[in-house]
Amino acid sequence: MTPAELLTPALRVQGLRKAYSDVVAVDGLDLQVDAGECFGLLGPNGAGKTTTIEICEGLLPADSGDVEVLGRRWETDEKELRELLGIQLQDTQLSEKLTVDETLTLFQSFYRDARDIGEVIDQVELGEKRHSRVGGLSGGQKQRLAIACALVGNPQLLFLDEPTTGLDPVSRRQLWELIAKFQAEGKTIVLTTHYMEEAERLCDRVAIVDHGKMIAMGTPHELIDSIDVSHLPPPEPRKTSATLEDVFVSLTGRGLHDE
Amino acid sequence: MKSSMVQLTLVRFREFIREPEAVFWTFIFPILLAAGLGIAFRQRGPDKVQVGVVTSARGSGAVVQSLKKDSSLVVTTYDDSAAALGLRTGKVALLVVPGSAKDSLRYVYDRGRSDAVSARVLVDRAVQSGAGRVDPVRVSDSYVTEPGSRYIDFLIPGLLGMNLMGSSIWGLGFAIVTARSKKLLKRFMATPMSRVQYLLSFLCSRLVFLVLEVGTLLGFGHWAFGVPLRGSIPTLFLIALVGAISFGGLGLLTASRARTTEAVSGIMNFIMLPMWIFSGVFFSSSNFPNRVQPFIKLLPLTALNDALRANMLEGASFATVGPQILVIVVWGIVTFFAALKLFRWR
Repeated sequence: MTPAELLTPALRVQGLRKAYSDVVAVDGLDLQVDAGECFGLLGPNGAGKTTTIEICEGLLPADSGDVEVLGRRWETDEKELRELLGIQLQDTQLSEKLTVDETLTLFQSFYRDARDIGEVIDQVELGEKRHSRVGGLSGGQKQRLAIACALVGNPQLLFLDEPTTGLDPVSRRQLWELIAKFQAEGKTIVLTTHYMEEAERLCDRVAIVDHGKMIAMGTPHELIDSIDVSHLPPPEPRKTSATLEDVFVSLTGRGLHDE
Repeated sequence: MKSSMVQLTLVRFREFIREPEAVFWTFIFPILLAAGLGIAFRQRGPDKVQVGVVTSARGSGAVVQSLKKDSSLVVTTYDDSAAALGLRTGKVALLVVPGSAKDSLRYVYDRGRSDAVSARVLVDRAVQSGAGRVDPVRVSDSYVTEPGSRYIDFLIPGLLGMNLMGSSIWGLGFAIVTARSKKLLKRFMATPMSRVQYLLSFLCSRLVFLVLEVGTLLGFGHWAFGVPLRGSIPTLFLIALVGAISFGGLGLLTASRARTTEAVSGIMNFIMLPMWIFSGVFFSSSNFPNRVQPFIKLLPLTALNDALRANMLEGASFATVGPQILVIVVWGIVTFFAALKLFRWR
């Protein structure tokens, strides 16, 4: 990366608004993600995380507001941006009839500056499953393949929408390692999650979103330090100090998993 | 560098051949249908006419002898009571009853039944010549069966047209709507993949399957039933190609909005069912009233079937079927651009 690219924010969002017929999904959101950072959008289901990330990915039009990705805009630089981004969507089902290798070869063929398939497969630890059909993979393996599809284009910026939702603890930990390794290469990551533990483990900075608005932003530690732990009703005796979950509860007065 | 066009087309192949049902409906089913209908409506030898003779009276033995000499008659003998039942139940077309006077006979039959009327002619000829009548003019018969005029010859081009329509519309419709409902289409939109290449990959894979589809059905028809191929084979494939691509446009249009495979199945049946009935697949479209003929002629499957039949049965050249090709091409262009306009990529 050139120094200029390092100075340009990887993602800049200003005054973003998006309403569906019955609900305002994003209500005036401002964000800035620096190059090389792992940034987490945290919030309960329905908070507007997916809408926000899909607008940033150029897959949804915003009603109003300004989005700049890697210093470029979707209206003018879509072709270029598609080459630079790696995207994992929340509910994509890849073709079950294809093998892991065939799926990645297909995605690889879309990119000008793509990575070697074998290398990506090793990175996501699917070497043994390389010639297995996607339909026969476990949930965790499918999710690692989805991330491999996002990595094969050699992206500068990786968007992950709830990458570990629905996975068992072992698969989740495997994915965390994978994401941490990508970040260690100096690449930028924007992810959404409703798991506090995930945000604490992976993210340099976190924005807490609720009802389409940002209610807090900072490093996980800043956010935890900002609340007064003594007022919290402890659900169980804790060995550790407060968590991001406590931050969320103290800000909104309700738990993260209350729908 | 591996071309994404090649990869997308390869994916189409893999998804198709790894779906046994799709292979069955595209290749095996039309052959089974052709075989079943070809056998059911095969050319039989001349029909034998069943006639009955009442044996209670004198002289019936000579009548039975005369009738048995005619190979086109099957003679059953009855006593009085059983004879009426045989006629009433249609077991025999005509009953020969010895008359009251000497050397007289009575034919009992239904004048409204054509087989009974021809039985009357055959029986009378046998009876009279058995009794010694000599025909004044000598005649002889020579029989012809012309390939090209049989039902199977009509059927095979119709099945071919129907199959080209079905696999274009089903092949594109289901694959695209499945990709949309599984958010795969949206995932592809998040890559630099060319949308045009994505759509073209369906057409490319159709072309290869087309050669197999046309080849198997025509090969079967020709080998099993001697269905004639009087036109040039390259022209036949060219007509099939134009048809398949044009129906690809219609397939794209059916798939352009639907979000679920249930929805697209309904749309596809709605589009194809009228053409199965009106476009002369199993029976000639000329059976419909003259007033609706202009509309039937404008259906793409009618045009394709007419062109295929003209090529196979009459040896028509590509130029001769120009009007039909024009109808097919216009359908293809209009549906393709309408589909592009309406297409929901996410």
